[in-house]
Amino acid sequence: MMRRPRREVRDTRVTLAHGSGGKAMHDLIEDVFAGVFDNAALDPLEDQARLPLADLAAQGDRLAFTTDSYVVDPLFFPGGDVGRLAVAGTVNDLAVGGAVPLYLSCAVIAEEGLDIAMLRRVARSMRDTADEAGVKVVTGDTKVVPRGAADKLFVNTAGIGVIPAGVSIAAGRARPGDAILVNGTLGDHGTAILQQRADLGLAARIASDCRPLNGLVAALLAACPDVHCLRDATRGGVATVLNEFAGASGRCLRVVERELPVADEVRGVCELLGLDPLYVANEGKLVAIVPGADADRALAAMRSHPAGRDAAIIGEVVDEPAETVLLQTPFGGARILDMLVGEQLPRIC
Amino acid sequence: MKYVDEFRDPRKADRLLREIRALAGHIAVCRTRPLQIMEVCGGHTHAIFKWGLEGLLPDAVELVHGPGCPVCVLPMGRVDDCVALAEHANVVLATFGDAIRVPGSKKSLLQAKADGADVRIVYSPLDALKIARQNPGKEVVFFALGFETTMPSTAFTVLQAEREGIRNFSLLCNHITIIATIKAILDSPELTLDGFLGPGHVSMVIGTGPYRFIPEHYQKPVVVAGFEPLDILQSLAMVLRQLAENRRMVENQYRRVVPEDGNGPALAAIARVFELREFFEWRGLGSIDHSGVRVRESYARFDAERRFALPGLKIADPKACQCGEVLKGVIKPWQCKVFGGACTPETPLGALMVSSEGACAAYYNYGGGRRRPERAGVPRPAGGL
Repeated sequence: MMRRPRREVRDTRVTLAHGSGGKAMHDLIEDVFAGVFDNAALDPLEDQARLPLADLAAQGDRLAFTTDSYVVDPLFFPGGDVGRLAVAGTVNDLAVGGAVPLYLSCAVIAEEGLDIAMLRRVARSMRDTADEAGVKVVTGDTKVVPRGAADKLFVNTAGIGVIPAGVSIAAGRARPGDAILVNGTLGDHGTAILQQRADLGLAARIASDCRPLNGLVAALLAACPDVHCLRDATRGGVATVLNEFAGASGRCLRVVERELPVADEVRGVCELLGLDPLYVANEGKLVAIVPGADADRALAAMRSHPAGRDAAIIGEVVDEPAETVLLQTPFGGARILDMLVGEQLPRIC
Repeated sequence: MKYVDEFRDPRKADRLLREIRALAGHIAVCRTRPLQIMEVCGGHTHAIFKWGLEGLLPDAVELVHGPGCPVCVLPMGRVDDCVALAEHANVVLATFGDAIRVPGSKKSLLQAKADGADVRIVYSPLDALKIARQNPGKEVVFFALGFETTMPSTAFTVLQAEREGIRNFSLLCNHITIIATIKAILDSPELTLDGFLGPGHVSMVIGTGPYRFIPEHYQKPVVVAGFEPLDILQSLAMVLRQLAENRRMVENQYRRVVPEDGNGPALAAIARVFELREFFEWRGLGSIDHSGVRVRESYARFDAERRFALPGLKIADPKACQCGEVLKGVIKPWQCKVFGGACTPETPLGALMVSSEGACAAYYNYGGGRRRPERAGVPRPAGGL
């Protein structure tokens, strides 16, 4: 069959016409998105992707389905961009449920006047990240809103994955004696964004840790199939995830401050601004709780994967005090590590 | 040397704690109640809780968490003034981050922002000046807050604005002074304090001389302290040693930052731009003479109080609040009637629950280690303790 040549966008900026449903919109979708994502499920450009059930059923016994919207400012930052974030974030939400991520959607809301070259860069970054994670973007949507009605570009992705039989990961499964692990340094993403946004004039070079974690999770599950809890530590940081686990399981999570991996640059910026890296966002970090007997094996599996080189065992699950995260300071003192109230704000002095 | 880890060495902390225990044991022999030492500065309170230091001290030593949190002690009426300013159609209100959540009688700056006010978080008053330069058609007001620590940067910003001839920049001045406040606490009839950890950052500006009246007139030791865990432990040991040896004087543990005479140029800038108010209203402590500063007449065009009509209402602290008693060390935070019930970090009634540097917020959030208050019956925030 002859393929007709792809449509091309000639404008340099997004206009309301690109969201109008007419020719301009088709040009934009085909040129900027379909041409870049380019796969068999997307190619017919029907109103929906059609996914063979048999392929899914062969890989597991449950579907995992999730969605997330990405509204980061600035759109491009050291270590990533909104496109990489939108793919990695949704892939990670699937992966930490033990699912093998397979298909994503991509819906964008663009502000009138957005540079089309910028949109292209975002789409290419999404494709590259999808390739890295081994997933396909199979359906999408484009909307354009008048100037001022959105901030440059919002991206939503939804994702489908398959959970292999036997995998059972849940926040409530933490048991006394379990070990708590993280896959690397904490607070990199939030600090990188803050540094970009606040115009602080600091010399520290901090890159976001934004990356898909499904490969790491697969390696972890291969070494330790009975992972009890797994969650990626995005907004609210590791402290928030630990509190979610403590709340859902009714146990106490004892974390040893000295064992927490934090990059020197991140620690420096946080010290200066009065922030706690435990509450700062990550985009490529997860917290895992595994049976104590499997801890060393889980750690070795994480460390052998590129996304887990700085993995560490940071604490253990005990019975009391119930529903509490306790942080053991280097001096033998302990304090409660609570959920954050509101936003973490820099202190004045 | 990273100037961080060196001051967090657990082995050195252990040596200092042994010394503190020995000194406290020696002093406690002839006493019926614990020694009460006040850390004046909110930065110390924060560090004490963050590092779990309070739980490591012997029972004979009690820390009293002082008034040195400028966000906490800001009265509601001043927040209302600030919100009113922010809601002016042509005003950009620039503020430090932690002032944005402080509740006024009707709303906080954060709520005003959600309602459409142009409120921006800055890290320095110079950032506010930059906003003024970039928006010549707008009035940019900086919400100036803090003790002598932040006063110089505000003063230098005013001087810079004057040099550049910037006409759309002003400040709502809420700067306060620490000395008058310590004196008010010392004059309180309920006072039971035995010594002070002096504020490190304030002293970097004012030096150690202004504290001499504390040993001389009130016979209490003062040690100006740094903010790392070893700084705080060493300073506590120094206070106890003075008590044990029956000495009363001002000592400077934070020599690496605090010069005995303070910072001359900073003090000169403060004196040029600001003058003492007759009195200033403190949340939790009431009115204290000479405890605040305002912009001098000669810089009136940078003074938002003079340039804008402000409500200027005095709003009384909620009656149930016992912040004043906590601040003076008469009761512990969890002994307050509303602690953890009506007053929580999400819905603070009192000054000390407002900022993370406030004693009550610190107790609530960090649990306070060994002397953790009973939290039975305390409603838990959603999703965790």
